[in-house]
Amino acid sequence: MAAVNLLSTRGLSRNFGGMKAVQNVDLDLQQGKIRALIGPNGAGKTTLVSMLCGRIPASSGTVTFLGQDVTDMPAHKRISMGMAYTFQITSIFDDLTVFENVALAVQHRLGRAAKQLKPEVLATLERVGLETRSDQVAGDLAYGHQRLLEIAMGLGQEPKLLILDEPTQGLSDGEIDEFIALIREVSANTTVLLIEHNISVVMALADAITVLNFGEIIAEGTPEEIHANPAVQAAYLGG
Amino acid sequence: MRKSLTLHLGLIALLFALQFIAPAYHHGNLARIMVMASFAMGYNIMFGYTGLLSLGHAMFFAVGMYGMGLSATQLGLSIGPAFGVGILSALICSLIVGLLALRTIGVAFMIVTLMFSQTIFLTILYFGGITRGDEGFVIKQSTRQIFGLDLSDATTRYFAALLLFSLVLLGILWLVKSPTGRVLIAIRENEERAKMLGYDVWRHKLAAVVMSGTVSGAAGAAYGVLFGYVGASFSQVPYSIFPLLWVLLGGAGTVIGPFVGTLFMFYLIDLSSTVTDAYMLVVGVILVLLTMFARNGLMGIVRERWAKWLP
Amino acid sequence: MEFGPHLMLAMLEGLVQASVLTLTALGLSLVFGVMRVVNVAHGEFYMLGAVLAWWITSLLGGSALIEFTAALILAPLLVGLLAGLADWLILRRVDYDPERTIVATIGLLYIIQQVTLMTYGPDARPVAPPFNTRLALPWFEFGENGFALYWPWGLSTTSYKLFVILAAILTLIGVWLLMAKTKIGLILRATQLDSETAQAFGIPVERIYALVFGMGAALAALGAVLVVPIQQAHYLMGADPLLLSFIVVIIGGLGSLRGTVVAAILIGMSDGIISVFFTPTLAKMLATLLVAMVLVYRPQGLFGAKPA
Ligand SMILES: Nc1ncnc2c1ncn2[C@@H]1O[C@H](COP(=O)(O)OP(=O)(O)O)[C@@H](O)[C@H]1O
Ligand SMILES: [Mg+2]
Repeated sequence: MAAVNLLSTRGLSRNFGGMKAVQNVDLDLQQGKIRALIGPNGAGKTTLVSMLCGRIPASSGTVTFLGQDVTDMPAHKRISMGMAYTFQITSIFDDLTVFENVALAVQHRLGRAAKQLKPEVLATLERVGLETRSDQVAGDLAYGHQRLLEIAMGLGQEPKLLILDEPTQGLSDGEIDEFIALIREVSANTTVLLIEHNISVVMALADAITVLNFGEIIAEGTPEEIHANPAVQAAYLGG
Repeated sequence: MRKSLTLHLGLIALLFALQFIAPAYHHGNLARIMVMASFAMGYNIMFGYTGLLSLGHAMFFAVGMYGMGLSATQLGLSIGPAFGVGILSALICSLIVGLLALRTIGVAFMIVTLMFSQTIFLTILYFGGITRGDEGFVIKQSTRQIFGLDLSDATTRYFAALLLFSLVLLGILWLVKSPTGRVLIAIRENEERAKMLGYDVWRHKLAAVVMSGTVSGAAGAAYGVLFGYVGASFSQVPYSIFPLLWVLLGGAGTVIGPFVGTLFMFYLIDLSSTVTDAYMLVVGVILVLLTMFARNGLMGIVRERWAKWLP
Repeated sequence: MEFGPHLMLAMLEGLVQASVLTLTALGLSLVFGVMRVVNVAHGEFYMLGAVLAWWITSLLGGSALIEFTAALILAPLLVGLLAGLADWLILRRVDYDPERTIVATIGLLYIIQQVTLMTYGPDARPVAPPFNTRLALPWFEFGENGFALYWPWGLSTTSYKLFVILAAILTLIGVWLLMAKTKIGLILRATQLDSETAQAFGIPVERIYALVFGMGAALAALGAVLVVPIQQAHYLMGADPLLLSFIVVIIGGLGSLRGTVVAAILIGMSDGIISVFFTPTLAKMLATLLVAMVLVYRPQGLFGAKPA
């Protein structure tokens, strides 16, 4: 076997009341690859990745990360094992400065090595182009910059698996180009799971694509295969 | 960091100097204020920095006070070890309360802490044989001696209170600048995000409750030592409301806010008590005005307007 | 007295307590249910009801019945208006944020209590009951000649106490009819379910909140007017009803009206019974601890259903 699976799920499902938001998902993420997760609004993408990182518990099924069954592990432990999740609905510390926001992400990884904190935070901010705003209060940033801060917090954790939930929503075209370059660079030593609506971003970045519809995987394959898949076209046009 | 260290050391130096400058009447007041401000600073760890609103801090103050007082009078410990027992009692009490109360959030958390505190008050009454119930008991001057110093003497008392105050003030300054303090603030600001950055939110909250309760208990024990009286009234609802009021007034989530709030309220009540004995009216009016118009308190306003660096 | 008659007496006393407590707790529960805020000043509205009852009866001349009837109508009305005003001026401005509301109502508690102290003074004052016939009650025994009724000495109640129980039942039915059968009730329930949607459908949520807050306080005041011929009015009398109402509302399940009524009867009865047989301090201690534990382990209350 050439490819090593960093994360796998088997039969992963989640119900909200009677509604099956995610059904029976078997997903394998190969180490070092960029996987895109696409599907119409309400398909269950956020719910699925929330179960991966432990933000919400699964109704049934298993999640394996780094060869370990993490299904019942609380979120903070999974994160500590090397996952990072950036929120679809921007979730930053509004009243703290940009620096403090990223410091919180970096600090957890550094532990007691406090000396490195400042240079590492600044370096992380530089990667998303927020270095000049490090003293601004996060809540005062423009929406696009808040999205970048959210991404910076994910990067600051230096995770093994970076889960990005619609990161480019609200970014300008120029910022999207920079984002694509950034993720390419990150993917050299990080596995990326990217939920994305912008098809050109997906095509530019993804090694493989998984398509979710009504909580089920309806297709999986290379960008070319997905592009040509009639079921995917139906889901997007019909949904 | 420089600026904030200067500010806090400056405050300690100023209080040190006041002992020599201020008229005698204010010595007793200031000693009391410094002890009560320590109580409020303990409260602030939970409320101001972690966002946990307790309505039951009187129990920690009282447990520290009774732990000290009972071990001195009943077990015959000398005042140093008795003080240690007081602090230890508060630590254990806050650990138990934390383990239970942190299963709840929001309004339920507030009510649970209130109920636990009320239980402590009623327990003190119930064991009136030992605690002397409502009346309380006096700690004799002959007991209040340490290293040949008489803690009931006004000057010694002032410096002892200042020592406690300085330790708590600098300790909290260090805490809020430390990685742990940063996480507590993160939990206050956005608990979900803190969790998704890999922090064990529950453990940090528990630590905050224990630190907060222990500091408040130390203040209670010190109050008993320095003023020679242990009484059930310190475990009643008003003594849970006072630290909330002082912290809100001075500025929640600022290191010197609790001191400023305590000082302000003390002299306000002192002044108003020449007009009426219904001094709790002043407390009520200020609570209402604060929630309506000045959520961040005095030091919060200073931080917003002039000193963003204020920790 | 023997055990049997003694228990019966305790239960009767308990029922009177339970009646008053039901009204008071219902007020607190209504406010929490609809507005999702905890009113810490609830006990002070109760106290105000009692103090106003004293004032009204001593200002008005006339027979005890007329004085008392006036107090029964006017005191809850005035307290309700005052509470509605406090809601409009204060709670509305803190956006009904649960934590800030608690702090603000703590402030309100002290304001009401201390203003009462400054005006009404520190004394406890009685209000004459409108009628107070002593009613002896029978007990039974199995003696040599079989089953027999007799009238033990001391086993009695008064017509006024029976009236308190009746008045509480009537009020409960009234509140139930209001909630279940009227348009106001429908609006209240809609607001309780989802205040934002209610607002979107044109329900004036802020005014509804002021109304509910006023109603909650008026219920407490009504309970107090009923109790004041038995207990006397005092500026510190609000503390116990507040604590007991808290206990009731929590045991009954936060915001559930039916649970509140069941819990109030249970706790009012057991409080009455326990305080006849045990020391009140121990009873209160255990009750308080129980409530804390219920909140910790069963936040939906003892009678509430577990959320899915
Ligand atoms: N906490 C929740 N409670 C109830 N339903 C939810 C919850 N979260 C998501 N859903 C429902 O689950 C479905 C999938 O939502 P989501 O995972 O957010 O979709 P996507 O991210 O693909 O747009 C939607 O129908 C949504 O309404
Ligand atoms: Mg989504």
